[in-house]
Amino acid sequence: MTGFFAKLKEGLGKTRASLLGRMRHVLSRGGVIDAASLEELEELLIAADLGVHTVTRLIDGLRRRTEGGERFDAARLTAAMREMIGEILRAGEAPLEVDRERPFVIMVIGVNGVGKTTTIAKLAAHYRGEGKKVLLAAGDTFRAAAIEQLEVWGTRAQVDLVKHQAGADSSAVLFDALQAARARGVDLLIADTAGRLHTRVNLMEELKKNKRVLRKQMERAPHEVLLVLDATNGQNAVQQAEQFSRELGVTGLALTKLDGTAKGGVIVNIIERLRLPVRFVGVGEGLRDLQPFVAEEFLAALFEEE
Amino acid sequence: MFESLTQRLEGIFKKLRGRGTLNERDVGEALREIRVALLEADVNYTVVKSFVEKVRQRAVGAEVLASLTPAQQVIKIVNEELTRLMGAQGAELQWAPSAPTIVMMCGLQGSGKTTSTAKLAAKFRQEGKRPLMVAADIQRPAAIQQLQTLGKQIGVPVHVGGPGESPLRICQEAVRVAAAQHCDVLLLDTAGRLHVNTELMEELREIKARLQPHEVLLVVDAMTGQDAVNVAKAFHEAVQLDGVVLTKLDGDARGGAALSIREVTGAPIKFIGTGEKVEALEAFHPDRMASRILGMGDVLSLIDKVEAAYSQEQALELERKLQEDSFTLEDFSAQICQLKTMGPLEGLLDLIPGMKRLKDIQPDAKELVKVEAMISSMTMGERHNHALINGSRRKRIARGSGTTVQDVNRLLKQFAQMKKMMRSFGGVGKASKKLRRGHLPLPLG
Ligand SMILES: Nc1nc2c(ncn2[C@@H]2O[C@H](COP(=O)(O)OP(=O)(O)OP(=O)(O)O)[C@@H](O)[C@H]2O)c(=O)[nH]1
Ligand SMILES: [Mg+2]
Repeated sequence: MTGFFAKLKEGLGKTRASLLGRMRHVLSRGGVIDAASLEELEELLIAADLGVHTVTRLIDGLRRRTEGGERFDAARLTAAMREMIGEILRAGEAPLEVDRERPFVIMVIGVNGVGKTTTIAKLAAHYRGEGKKVLLAAGDTFRAAAIEQLEVWGTRAQVDLVKHQAGADSSAVLFDALQAARARGVDLLIADTAGRLHTRVNLMEELKKNKRVLRKQMERAPHEVLLVLDATNGQNAVQQAEQFSRELGVTGLALTKLDGTAKGGVIVNIIERLRLPVRFVGVGEGLRDLQPFVAEEFLAALFEEE
Repeated sequence: MFESLTQRLEGIFKKLRGRGTLNERDVGEALREIRVALLEADVNYTVVKSFVEKVRQRAVGAEVLASLTPAQQVIKIVNEELTRLMGAQGAELQWAPSAPTIVMMCGLQGSGKTTSTAKLAAKFRQEGKRPLMVAADIQRPAAIQQLQTLGKQIGVPVHVGGPGESPLRICQEAVRVAAAQHCDVLLLDTAGRLHVNTELMEELREIKARLQPHEVLLVVDAMTGQDAVNVAKAFHEAVQLDGVVLTKLDGDARGGAALSIREVTGAPIKFIGTGEKVEALEAFHPDRMASRILGMGDVLSLIDKVEAAYSQEQALELERKLQEDSFTLEDFSAQICQLKTMGPLEGLLDLIPGMKRLKDIQPDAKELVKVEAMISSMTMGERHNHALINGSRRKRIARGSGTTVQDVNRLLKQFAQMKKMMRSFGGVGKASKKLRRGHLPLPLG
């Protein structure tokens, strides 16, 4: 776990270094926040993909406080901003509890290429490591070699897989997989789905059908509809989260690719708007590069010095 | 979104009516709105800053044209500047003087390299060339099979390395294979990598140095956020980009990354990806991208497509029928033939504001074949008056067309909905006129 955290920190560190460095620059001009400094601070947060609306709200909060006579030096500014963002992030903190049902069914969805299949592999390895019996469902029957991709991961993570042929009906795969999961006494069933843009109405219908098929067979399944978001994405991730939530009742988020220089700040925006919990963050391409989302850690990695 | 930007700008300039020059205060206020619009579109904030400055210099003191409102004048300037920044239209690939031409695809994980590789190969093949795709992504599980599957689909050979071979070696070997098989264009599908991964960036640099590709294309997801500048800069520094492929533009991303990348690399965007199918690759239009980033949807593309498919008379005829409510299944069938000439429907309907929500009316190509079969199994009477089609007729039509009664039911429901929708849309001809003239407050036509 410390490995994950270090990696996450390393990724976020790049942000932090520049964020803190520039904040210091902002503050070096007299130590008190004026209108120009606030504007610069606003840019810093926008650069982290927090989104202009969230940032405006945060900055307005600070501005009101300065107008109310509060004075901010470097330390207090960081603390105030940290507190404000932390409050939002904490609202998105709720670890996934997979022990409340058996089998616990996770349906993984998201737009193309965000990291669904890789995240599934990481989840499988994670829960298998906890001694759980995990089964995968190769629900992406559409993309070329998607089934083979999950198969390779299944082998690496040493978990079983239920698959049909390419081009088969994904609902049928999920149906069979859930049936198998129950017959084999599996603890956790994780279903892959084909990537799709949230604007593709027909494809959203297909996902709804997938979900219905699971629910028909098992009350309350899927217990988690996990939406995977790519930290490299900008504000469109908000649209993704909104649209997938509206259509499918997303219950949790996973944020991938935090090992790059992308800040993933859009998650602040999404938590604030949709009140969705972030279950995991992805920090690499390996099986172990998954970290449960902990608001304090995310925040610490963003704001704290080594 | 565009309307709201326009409205906001109109609000700012309310006081300033008719002719006159744009003063600094008004322009300043307008530029604040434009700044927000660009940031919302994910244009990098530094790029926004310099862009807004450029516009300010042009706009302050500019004369307002007689035919425009001040707000429109500002938007016109913004639009022109954006378009200019976005670069020339129709930037072409560079072809090697003697075959083979080598095209290297690179980018972050999940940006769409493999799909874009196949799309380009399919396009080249259609142009009569002999492409060879090279599976140089040995990182992602089953990436090779993905390319092979796509290769089979489009009838393009794929070169695959032996076990343990490095990507560089695979690419070098592919050059020999290309010569032996008389292939004249090589497409290198490299593994996705982070721009901060020094080892993998070095690998890319090495491939570039050894193979000297004629065209290095960065594949970028249109949904990319502020980080696009860092990514583009790093790839450009490592392998000198010749062009960019912007993918997943069939979604609703505003695509501000396009502007950021263009600004930091100077490399032109050469192609855009607009869907998962191998045909969904289009040439880049800077003007359309500019209006998209500004947030008015790709309305111009839509107008072009609609106008290409409908002649003036047809549009008028259709409009009349819709107005008189005499639009029949027969007309519907004719419509479908026409729609088919307009290319992928989903992409098209996605372009129309508000249309995305009309789920039941989005037919796919397979659906259309069925629909045609059902309509041709109807009697003339039925085609002209769909109300006639009762239960037993539905059964007969289903049998005759090799479909099910549910299919027929769905068709009739869709038809009714389509009639309703088209009536409210005011007919295609009228709609496109509406878009071009009155309702689009931009002097684009
Ligand atoms: N650097 C990094 N790469 C990641 C991470 N998660 C996934 N990837 C990579 O992103 C690429 C796409 O991942 P996939 O898991 O295939 O994504 P997907 O959402 O299943 O894609 P489709 O099924 O094609 O829609 C692969 O190259 C993964 O290795 C992450 O946390 N960090
Ligand atoms: Mg996948």
